[in-house]
Amino acid sequence: MAVSIRTDGEAGGLASPSTRSATGAPWDQPILLRLVSIALFAGIWEVAGRIPVSFAFPTFSDTIVAFVGLLADGSLATAYLSTLQPLVLGVVLSAFLGVGLGTICGLWRTGEWLVIPVFIVLQAAPVAAFIPMVTFVYGIGMTAKTLAVMILALPVIVLNTYKAVRNVNESLLVMCRSFLGTRWQTVAKIILPDASPVIFAGLRLGVAAGFVGVVLAELLITPTGIGDLITFHRSRADYAEMYATIASIIALSTLTLVFLQWVEVRVFRPESRGA
Amino acid sequence: MGATALRNGPSPVPAPIDSIVEVRGISKTYGNVEALRGIDLDFPRGKLTSLLGPSGCGKTTLLKIIAGLIRADGGTVAINGKHVTAPGPERAFVFQDFALMPWATVMRNVAFGLELRGTNKAEREEIARRYIAEVGLAGFEDKYPHQLSGGMRQRVGLARALSVDADVLLLDEPFSAVDEQNRRKFQEDLIRLRTNQNKTFIFVTHSIEEAVYISDRIVLLSPRPGRVSQIIEPEIDRSGDPERIHRDRHYLDTVEEIWQGLKQYVE
Repeated sequence: MAVSIRTDGEAGGLASPSTRSATGAPWDQPILLRLVSIALFAGIWEVAGRIPVSFAFPTFSDTIVAFVGLLADGSLATAYLSTLQPLVLGVVLSAFLGVGLGTICGLWRTGEWLVIPVFIVLQAAPVAAFIPMVTFVYGIGMTAKTLAVMILALPVIVLNTYKAVRNVNESLLVMCRSFLGTRWQTVAKIILPDASPVIFAGLRLGVAAGFVGVVLAELLITPTGIGDLITFHRSRADYAEMYATIASIIALSTLTLVFLQWVEVRVFRPESRGA
Repeated sequence: MGATALRNGPSPVPAPIDSIVEVRGISKTYGNVEALRGIDLDFPRGKLTSLLGPSGCGKTTLLKIIAGLIRADGGTVAINGKHVTAPGPERAFVFQDFALMPWATVMRNVAFGLELRGTNKAEREEIARRYIAEVGLAGFEDKYPHQLSGGMRQRVGLARALSVDADVLLLDEPFSAVDEQNRRKFQEDLIRLRTNQNKTFIFVTHSIEEAVYISDRIVLLSPRPGRVSQIIEPEIDRSGDPERIHRDRHYLDTVEEIWQGLKQYVE
């Protein structure tokens, strides 16, 4: 009897997360705030374009018109079809390879000594300088571009995963051992879930770096896809189209990262959903 | 008391104490610090034994050696007559820092021991639900640890240890991270649990009052190196109102007696 009374009393403290979103002021609505922020940005862009800041700087409205035009004539779709192939391939390979390698290095000393220094150097190096070298070895095809994506994306994914696995909560490991968890169960049920926030931070940085890699490759290796579209419109002084292309890839990169965060919270850390 | 009487009934010869855990000559050294030296102890079946002593007496080390989480440098631990050096299904541990998975619900945390053993989901959740209710957390099955108070989190840790149906429960200062009011409540619940669950408890604490309040048997350890200095069996009637124990003459005398014995180790 007494037990239930006490726990009911404590349950009062659980209500706090849900009451927070119920407050009335419009400034507390995150979606509204974001829309205001975007509108403000577009407004400043429009004003700056009208001054104009530079003859090569289109207004926001011109850029939107150019964007619709690029969508309508299919050139944006064609460009993305060719850009997305090395990008998706490179990012997916980097994600699996990076998380795998990082986990192995975190669990196994010898692997750590063999692999981690390479990635520390790679992360410190101005990696764009490798891209002409990649072209020299692998030519100008899909392989070279995929490699360009991976060179940029892989180090941060490997290093973050390695650090997260290495710094896993010691007391949970002991708990798993005391309840007779096997090595595999420990990795799958304790180490990876515990490391997932830091692993996902690495994945987000890695995916963003992959976008840098693919655009660099298309600007430096072979003019195809989005890189080609940017170069082409610049050469014809179609600045509105050029800006529309650049803005589209920024938007795509942002949406990908938001999606990744959604997957993380949904699948790996359900407890942070309400908090 | 009941168990002893029962054993004496059928056999005319006084039976030896039925010990479930036997510790023989355990020693452990960390670097050049001798944590434990030559510990010999028997833990009677179905009783609650406390390991009590000032910090540095190696009580947690001894508990973790019994749990198989730390290797001893010398000596043996036997559970039900079988030597052990690693964790086993007949022992379950309750951690000082709770050791709950923050990404898992109360239900999954409590069922985790069974999940690791490959019990199917329906069965393990049924068992877990029963023990969640047993520790007074019914209705909190779908909450996450960060939504619970310290006392409630440790109840989850206790339910997890109960649900694997081990013979011996090892509790490492389970109330030290729990506030005073919840600790009192929890101690009362533990006394109740002990009578319901026919299990052996080994309980590490640095609180004299706590040890005397809940234990059938108190093992006093002295520090540097950790050795058994005294074994006390407080004869306190715990059948009635648990509140009354705090005013019990014998309870107060035992607390005082232990304090007089431990005083010399406190600077």
